Amino acid sequence: MKSITHTAKTTARALALVSTALAAPLSAQTLDLAWSQDATGLDPHTQPGFATIRLLELLYEPLVRLDEGLELQPALAESWSFSDDGLQLTFQLDADAMFHDGTPVTSADVRASFDRILNEETGAIARANYTSIVNIETPDDHTVIFELDAPNAPLLNGLASVNAAVVPASAIEAGTLDTEVIGSGPFTLDARTPNASATLGAFEDWAGGDVAYDGINISVLPDETALLAALRAGQADFALINDPLVATLVPDSPGLQLNAAPTLSYYVLQLNASREPMGELALRQAIGCAIDRQDVLDAALLGEGEVTGPLTSPAYRSDPSGLFCYEQDQDRARELLAEAGHPDGFTATVIAANGEPPTASAVAQVLQSQLSEVGITLEIEMLELSVYIDRWLAADFDMAVALNGGRVDPYTMYNRYWTRDGNLQGVANYIDDTLDSLMNEGRAETDEAARAEIFANFESHLAEMSPWIWLFTGNTYTAQTEAVSGFTSSPTGTLFGLTNVTLAE
Amino acid sequence: MNYLLRRLAVFPLVMLGVSIFVFVAIRLVPGDAITAMLGTEAGMLTPAQREALTVYFGLDQNWFVQYFRWLGGLLQGDLGISITYGQPVLDLILERFPLTLQLALMSMVIALAIGLPAGVYAATRANRPSDLIVRIFAMMGQSMPNFVVALLSIYILSVGFGVLPTMGRQVTFSENPLGNLAQMILPAFALGTAFAAAVTRITRAAMLDILSEDYVRTARSQGFSQGYVIWRHALPNALIPVLTLSGVEFGYLLGGAVIVEQIFALPGLGRVVLDAILERDYALVQGVILFIAFNFMLVNLLVDLAYAALDPRIRYGGKS
Repeated sequence: MKSITHTAKTTARALALVSTALAAPLSAQTLDLAWSQDATGLDPHTQPGFATIRLLELLYEPLVRLDEGLELQPALAESWSFSDDGLQLTFQLDADAMFHDGTPVTSADVRASFDRILNEETGAIARANYTSIVNIETPDDHTVIFELDAPNAPLLNGLASVNAAVVPASAIEAGTLDTEVIGSGPFTLDARTPNASATLGAFEDWAGGDVAYDGINISVLPDETALLAALRAGQADFALINDPLVATLVPDSPGLQLNAAPTLSYYVLQLNASREPMGELALRQAIGCAIDRQDVLDAALLGEGEVTGPLTSPAYRSDPSGLFCYEQDQDRARELLAEAGHPDGFTATVIAANGEPPTASAVAQVLQSQLSEVGITLEIEMLELSVYIDRWLAADFDMAVALNGGRVDPYTMYNRYWTRDGNLQGVANYIDDTLDSLMNEGRAETDEAARAEIFANFESHLAEMSPWIWLFTGNTYTAQTEAVSGFTSSPTGTLFGLTNVTLAE
Repeated sequence: MNYLLRRLAVFPLVMLGVSIFVFVAIRLVPGDAITAMLGTEAGMLTPAQREALTVYFGLDQNWFVQYFRWLGGLLQGDLGISITYGQPVLDLILERFPLTLQLALMSMVIALAIGLPAGVYAATRANRPSDLIVRIFAMMGQSMPNFVVALLSIYILSVGFGVLPTMGRQVTFSENPLGNLAQMILPAFALGTAFAAAVTRITRAAMLDILSEDYVRTARSQGFSQGYVIWRHALPNALIPVLTLSGVEFGYLLGGAVIVEQIFALPGLGRVVLDAILERDYALVQGVILFIAFNFMLVNLLVDLAYAALDPRIRYGGKS
């Protein structure tokens, strides 16, 4: 595009300036934010969607919050402590905390919120993380005591989620959580057109500090390449990018900066052990030995990520090369196949979701070509997301390429799959006593060093049993123009770092 | 007149057929509003939680009950509530339709403003170099998908000039005519190019046919000027195939232009219905599709009536 003359550029710019001057009323300092997927609802307790959580994290607050190092930080609670027997968890609320309608946040709101989450009628999505709470005491306006049925080390991290946000008791009473937002977070929701735009205002009475600008204008641009165009044209100051292929183009544009942080969510090839021949341990192990994880990562995600074992959170993650067959070994794969009675390989179908993530089909194709080298034939079945989820939940697949969400605590992340009574054990379709007992030990153990050892054992056993073949973690991406400074990314993908941002004039 | 009445009598029957078809089709697709909203987390629901959500989304009744409830509401002008927007479906349609209508009108105007003159020009210079150039352009225009035109125009503007029409934040024509046109011109152009090419080719072919007809030659021999003959006698007749094509095209455009709306982040009907399908928002899918079908039939009816006005030889009546 070098051939375009300077005059044409100037004219086009002048025209654009005139049209934007006509189009936009002069406003105070706002951050223009663009993303491709919009929130699907406003109720923080029932909405698990990635895009929804990104929005609600700016509006509502949980008791505690995770910083970019995944350390617990105060949010609505200024301090907390476990009793010596681990059966009581006491929170002191920040006395300055205030809802957007000007009413203070009290212990009654906390109790009402958790009563709502624990009530099965609500359909609260993270309810399973809090079922050890058997009673909630509120001795005064700023003290909340959770009484537990057993010591529960992962509970605190589990509370650091907008799915456990404190909402006003009055809003629960009025039943307005679906339609309006009265949170206690850094921004108020002033206007919203679903799948089009939203306007947030900085909340002046936010107890967490001051935001250096006046608000955020969110635009939903469903096409990821349009996000990049909007940044280049200065229409967006900040964008949330999902597609690694688009993200890698950002640094090529002058004046744009890409922020990447490794995620907790992991790409995995799920094997269904209840389907022949996947019930054979040697055969599952053969699949793990036959693939080259780094090669899949390089080909499908342009190398944007890191090979990983089952544990993805920085506190528990270690070099995965010591895990079972993490170096590609095709001879060993063939031996194991023969041992399992399939010396000539076998044929299986792998399901993957269309565009969710954008890299899913590429991952499936690279795995297909690698496995074909040892005689395993994969047939790829690409499905629309909801169809994929239906099949996945019904465990109606031989293999599945999945991008599963991660959590800071390994217990919270995996108890759904790898405990005997996990909600998704029927999807995982493999369990043994070792996994089950290590999980339960990890839940009750409060000493950090002891927990790390328990989960390291859990990880190496899981990798050896190969019910699934863990592949790698990707990155979470944001992009910004030079006008924005002070943003820090977090592995959880939260945009809470926008509260520390300053905008150039 | 009785032709018009008979045509109108068919409307409700077609609408009923469409409503049943859409109702069943969207429910045959695996997945429901719960899995669409929760994704794999739906597996974490306890039976009681799932039950509560099923009742909340109105999925607990059988199809017959659901359909007749919906039909009952429809007859009272109530299209139901969208579960993803929490608003009445009718309000959503009325909110989004003006944008879709404007986009359709603008791309039609662009297409006809380019296509008609180009087609007439090519026809009067048949088989000369200038005719060939027009035809080559028309071929290119027709074979370029609208999303390619859209993406190219965005790319050239943003990379080459560092400007773009505002995307994602819709400016209505009433609050700011200039800003609105600036926002709509690119998508309208992207939608209009392929159609402009089609109009060019049809106009050219129709004009060539008519210029060789007897009455045109007669008019010529009576000493009328070339221009007068073309514009006054030939073009109205050549317009009939263009009108047919435009009617169909306009009907399609009123259904929204999904890909172009996605690329330019325009909240038109096409995107609404796409999102609604992905989110399994049954009431919204049913309402919007019904509305689109109604528009399509209406446009077709208007086109048929316009034939009669354009060509006195066409008479709709009982006798052929």
